Amino acid sequence: MTEYVPLITMQLMGKPYSVPSGLTIMAAIEYAGYKLVRGAGCRGGFCGACPTLYRRDGSHRLFTALACQTLVEDGMSLIQMPFMPLPTKPYDLQAITPQANTILRHFPEIAGCVACNTCTRACPQGIHVMDYIQAALRGDIERTSKLSFDCISCGICSSRCPADIKHYAVAQLARRIYGKYITPVAPHLAARVAELVAGHFTGELDALVHMSAAELRALYEQRSFEAVADGSEPFSANRRYNSAVDPVDFQDEIEG
Amino acid sequence: MELIDGYPEAMRQSIALVERTRPARLGCTFPAMSLDERKALLTRFHPDYKASEKRPVLFGSSKGMVVSHELADLFEAHPLVRANLDLSRVDNDVDLLVIGGGGAGTVAAIWAVKAGLDPSRILITTKLRHGDSNSTMAQGGIQAADRPQDSPTHHYLDVMGGGHFTNRPELVRALVEDAPQIIQWHESLGVMYDKDPQGHFVENPGGGTSRNRMHSARDYTGLEIMRVLRDEARNLGLPVVEFSPAIELLCDERGRVAGAVLVNLETKRYHIIRARATIITTGGLGRLHMQRYPTTNHYGATADGLVLAYRVGAELVDLDAVQYHPTGAAFPAQMAGLLITEKVRGLGAQPVNCDGEQFVFPLEPRDVEASAFIRECEERVRGVATPYGINGVWLDSPMVDHIHGPGTIRAALPAMFRMYTRFGIDMTRDPILVFPTLHYQNGGIATDEHGATSVPGLYAAGEVMGGVHGKNRLMGNSLLDFNVFGRRAGIAAAAYAHERAPGRLTLAHVDTYEHMLHEAGVETTRTAPRILPDYRGKEALERYLDIPL
Repeated sequence: MTEYVPLITMQLMGKPYSVPSGLTIMAAIEYAGYKLVRGAGCRGGFCGACPTLYRRDGSHRLFTALACQTLVEDGMSLIQMPFMPLPTKPYDLQAITPQANTILRHFPEIAGCVACNTCTRACPQGIHVMDYIQAALRGDIERTSKLSFDCISCGICSSRCPADIKHYAVAQLARRIYGKYITPVAPHLAARVAELVAGHFTGELDALVHMSAAELRALYEQRSFEAVADGSEPFSANRRYNSAVDPVDFQDEIEG
Repeated sequence: MELIDGYPEAMRQSIALVERTRPARLGCTFPAMSLDERKALLTRFHPDYKASEKRPVLFGSSKGMVVSHELADLFEAHPLVRANLDLSRVDNDVDLLVIGGGGAGTVAAIWAVKAGLDPSRILITTKLRHGDSNSTMAQGGIQAADRPQDSPTHHYLDVMGGGHFTNRPELVRALVEDAPQIIQWHESLGVMYDKDPQGHFVENPGGGTSRNRMHSARDYTGLEIMRVLRDEARNLGLPVVEFSPAIELLCDERGRVAGAVLVNLETKRYHIIRARATIITTGGLGRLHMQRYPTTNHYGATADGLVLAYRVGAELVDLDAVQYHPTGAAFPAQMAGLLITEKVRGLGAQPVNCDGEQFVFPLEPRDVEASAFIRECEERVRGVATPYGINGVWLDSPMVDHIHGPGTIRAALPAMFRMYTRFGIDMTRDPILVFPTLHYQNGGIATDEHGATSVPGLYAAGEVMGGVHGKNRLMGNSLLDFNVFGRRAGIAAAAYAHERAPGRLTLAHVDTYEHMLHEAGVETTRTAPRILPDYRGKEALERYLDIPL
């Protein structure tokens, strides 16, 4: 069953192109004849290489989107954005002593946040960007880390910021400090690594490496299985996630 | 087309059946297959087993290896430069050249520094941006046997069985033995793995695993690992040149690899890099679209590294096997082929057919699971039809919240939830439609357990290398693979670079390759590496003029 697909018109860098409706912005740009070099990466919403700015008929607003994750619309006038250069001062995570002002000292510009919320409105992931910058300013590294976790570093927030804040770099430092210094170290991991270093498994692994295919098959068929995660298993505590705060607000995108 | 909460009426009728069978299916899982049952299913339904879709490699170090036509086309293609290219002006002289800026390349460069190389004497070159890679797109998790009820030996058996016992044992051993140390290294770098309040990792099962050893960071595991590694590389001052793929390796007069020719994708200027050691970390091949399958892979996954390595005589392995991930999105059309992480099944969602019936154990190894989906749609005709022609099976995602409590999907699978929401579907309420999608290059460049290829001076790590996964990789072993072998290759290449300096640069192997093409009777205008796929519209291309500007 093939349906007739109506054509719509988009303005790409000022030129009109007729493209089938139902395409993503990225597919529409390619349909129009562009071979992308920049402006495309993973094509699945994870890498942040395809930030797009657009306006719509009948709206004064400047909208932002990922080209691979957004449908093209009739009357859309769009450009693709090169990624934001965000050079930052290097740091040595191993030498940091986390304190309330660690992030502020590394990124003093966050003190210039005017709380305009433009970053949050621009974020294609629906992250509360301004809130995590404010949390960083207060020294709340945990909140900054959790709120920013789904960031794909597309840099749209930084392109729109009147205070020139490098949001994703701020969040990256916060998350690394949180992951290394604030989250408790895994209790069993060091023990297992120590066993490996002591050669605890060397003999068994030697035997496996030299085993014939038939012997391996037999062992494989006799494997015992741990129960498929059913919530009762202590290590599958799926409700106790690192990211207890759900940072996602989809209402903007749905109503957009 | 009229949609009701994201789905057309015909699909809604099938969803009603899925909802009807759901209460009975909770806590009742379809049994797993024996090895013999797996084999019978694979032989009949897996795309790899279609002989007509493949042909043998005609010449070179892996002559006779049967690979898909799309890959054979790249081997039977002319190099992009001639042997008489002017090599007299070297643009960069480095100790280590890393070709590929994804996970493996970044790990290799970091560990080369730890092994004593000066960061300013290393160059990472990459086709897209640093980090635009399949590593970033990996969602579900990374395996490591670190809990008391698990052990590296369990992990070893799972890997071998998943790969049909074709894996190279010494590589599998390195993989499972290094795994806990890799996780510990990540912990020290500040990777935010999912943990409980005491610091225990949240560990789930994956397809083909006998223990729960899947460590995750929500469903952004690869993204989280990659962005931390990239940040670490930046802090170390490692130079990265972006949008500059390698298009040919360079050798010295003794046949050792000694750098590469890069091309700036915007200016098309070439750059000569002389290097004491070279590591290929170019990733996979999904963008070749084997058998016209859609792919989960990033835009640059065009097997460039295989082409480069083959031209200098490196041995390849297991490239007859490519991985079709069972759960690619099949609806809506805009999402076709995008990855639906195996973690959805790891958290309890069952695959069901158009009648809402289970037909396969949810966590078989990927090739087996994918074959079962294909059988359900093709032979048994119990797939769910989409308005644009392709069929799929349901993945009953609402079960995750039923099993683990409301809110689990939004907390543990935010990327999936976000993606479906963007296209008008609520996966916490409705099942999602899936069908296999081209996902991973199981084989690749043959290496020893330190990443050394059969050619001196050349190392390989990550998806481009082969042997560790045999004919089929398990979930959670690719993030592990690029860390384990990226680290090992970085250390080994640093040691090699300490000892040896390259001689005079040459592209003589390009002449040799052209000669082999001619001898094999290949007449073609094709060139390789491919660099990027072409998705330009037919209508636009019909009126394309190739004029100088």
